[in-house]
Amino acid sequence: MAAVDVPGILTIDGVPLKAKLARADRTRKLRALGLVLPLFAFILLTFLIPLAVMTFKSVKNDETFGRLDRTKEALADWDQQTIPGEAAFAALAQDLQDAQKMRQAGEIAKRVNYEFAGAQSKFKAIARKVEKMQAGPYKEVFVATDKVWSDIRLWRIIHSASQRFTSYYWLSALDLREGADGIERAPADQAVFVDVYGRTFWIGGIVTILTLILGFPVAYLLATQPVHRASILMIFVMLPFWTSLLVRTTAWFVLLRTEGPLNDLAELIVGMRFDMIFTRFGTILAMTHIQLPFTLLPIYSVMKTIPPSHIRAARSLGAGPFHAFWRVYYPQTVPGIAAGCLLTFILSLGYYITPALVGGPRDQMVSYYISYYMNNVINFGQASALGATLLIITMVLYWLYNRLVGIDNMKLG
Amino acid sequence: MKLQLMTMGFVAAVITAGAIAPAAAEGTLTVTSWGGSYSESQRKAYYEPWMAATGNKLVEEEYDGELGKLKAMKEAGSVTWDVIDVDSAHALSGCDEGLLEKLDYSKIGDQSKFLPGTALECAVGTIAYSTIFAFDTSVLKDAQPTTLADLFDTAKFPGKRGLLKKPFGNLEWALIADGVPAEKVYETLSTPEGVDQAFKKLDTIKKDVVWWEAGAQPPELLANGEVVMTSAWNGRIGKAITEGKPFKIVWDYQEFDWDFWVIPAGSKNIELSYDFIKFASDPKNMSQQSKYIAYAPTHVDAIGLVDPAIAPTLPTYPDNMKTAIPTDLAFWADNNEELTKRFNAWLAQ
Repeated sequence: MAAVDVPGILTIDGVPLKAKLARADRTRKLRALGLVLPLFAFILLTFLIPLAVMTFKSVKNDETFGRLDRTKEALADWDQQTIPGEAAFAALAQDLQDAQKMRQAGEIAKRVNYEFAGAQSKFKAIARKVEKMQAGPYKEVFVATDKVWSDIRLWRIIHSASQRFTSYYWLSALDLREGADGIERAPADQAVFVDVYGRTFWIGGIVTILTLILGFPVAYLLATQPVHRASILMIFVMLPFWTSLLVRTTAWFVLLRTEGPLNDLAELIVGMRFDMIFTRFGTILAMTHIQLPFTLLPIYSVMKTIPPSHIRAARSLGAGPFHAFWRVYYPQTVPGIAAGCLLTFILSLGYYITPALVGGPRDQMVSYYISYYMNNVINFGQASALGATLLIITMVLYWLYNRLVGIDNMKLG
Repeated sequence: MKLQLMTMGFVAAVITAGAIAPAAAEGTLTVTSWGGSYSESQRKAYYEPWMAATGNKLVEEEYDGELGKLKAMKEAGSVTWDVIDVDSAHALSGCDEGLLEKLDYSKIGDQSKFLPGTALECAVGTIAYSTIFAFDTSVLKDAQPTTLADLFDTAKFPGKRGLLKKPFGNLEWALIADGVPAEKVYETLSTPEGVDQAFKKLDTIKKDVVWWEAGAQPPELLANGEVVMTSAWNGRIGKAITEGKPFKIVWDYQEFDWDFWVIPAGSKNIELSYDFIKFASDPKNMSQQSKYIAYAPTHVDAIGLVDPAIAPTLPTYPDNMKTAIPTDLAFWADNNEELTKRFNAWLAQ
């Protein structure tokens, strides 16, 4: 809305027309803003702020920062190559004495244990010991209690844990770790996550392709049938869509069981039972079923808008059936395909309950591990680093997809 | 997560508001436990009698032993759980991490009357349970497993086995089945070679394992024929047996452990929580639980009150205890993180 830029024109109450128009424009904008404000506030409070807070946890040493300040100071000039001197031991002893009083020693021990297996009990033992000590020398006591206290690697970890920020969780999410000479790969028996990400994207991709292959002809059928028949067929598509995810997953669990109906049928026909439950096959089957409407519906709604006369025109101009479909019809469905596939792919990346119930241990996706670190081992830092990595990779893919297909070309309906 | 917290906070607020309104003298207590037949036994032995005796209201919550939710509630400043039934690993780590209230035993009972190792700083024992393995006698009719080695013997007993999806307990069994003497298990596991040995033994049955996570799963897996034998918590199988399922427990090298009552730090209902724990720790009440599930009491005086007919089904029964191995919690506190990562990497291979 461009204001009329003619100086001197006044409205009937003597106000310049320009100002009056600008005011009207402003009121309109404020009203529009007022309408989206509740949604914006909701998203901010329930999504953006918690997301930022949680993501921040993946770079902070919540458990140790501020609780090892004396040690941090004592280690400030440390060369990281030799065992620190008495001053550092005394500082750590004092920090642990305080922590013990505040019931924080356990958290410190747990944090160091992430990077140094076995540190937990050593910390607890030494914290109990120094609690009663009034004066040094501490170094002798530490080293006499356990030889681990003369391990330079442990001291390096204590030093890095006393800082405000840490790269540990992010490195660990990528199967890397801080070694003696910079960043190195984690040993094979500790490297889990890269494989898990690969698996997550692989399963998501397969499910997307399967839903497209299955959904496209069905969408075409729905779009080209007469209304009364299409609406009956539509019910079959929509009914599972309206059923809860958990119910559908549980139903698959029952169907796929070794003693379940599908295997009973298989035994009747081919005389043997198959492993379907707790397998990759079962996971992909159930996920494809659940995701099918998400891929199908955008394609269907785009197809509805394509006039049948286009195909007829192509045919009458001499194109064969395949040629007419491929050159005339298909290009017009691409926005729907793009929308459906992107929706299904991104939703598939976050699957948790279906792989957990129907899949085996090799089919668990990133969400499983996020939940595991969140709930079971209470390692919020690792959980949020995993979550943030997934978010970033998804956004990069979205960006790539946008470059290739173009989000503007996408139609959800 | 936050949304969930807010919802939980909201629900808790509604519940509290509803509870406060009618009578100020009575309160509502939220008790969180493991669900399934275990919660059912607690409901009959403690929850319902306590509500009847005191007029308070008790709300049940269910979990799988994860204290992550508790930590999130504590960070958000609104702890809605008042009493929790935790396993021993969490009883210790939760105390160390300041998640749990330090208990005042003058409000519970005589500390010396609890079995050794069950009256802890932040937790008081409620039951003794054990991890055993069980099979279906209607499936394995002729040759039946009797020793731990049979669990690992897929030639003699072909078919799937259920195991807990954690390294905890499985690594110990793997070493024993591989010939390591029970008293040397944790010593062996503390060396990299020992861990390799345990995983190598697990490799031999890996393709035949169905992994379970919740305590209610093993009896189901067994009942619907998904596995021929499975590890389980003994009470869950015991319960299924009393319901008429043809299951049988193998007690060989049962892994013995405790469950505890704890009060989360920051609970707003501490006095009521103590009142409930005191009620549940009373020998007479405690002896009732064994009636409903095959777990043994932790209070010395309660042991004598348990019905002698039930005793042989309890993990503490002398015949069942012959080869029992006590879980080394200090070992797991130190190594759980690393061994679990390795376990997950191993599962993914």
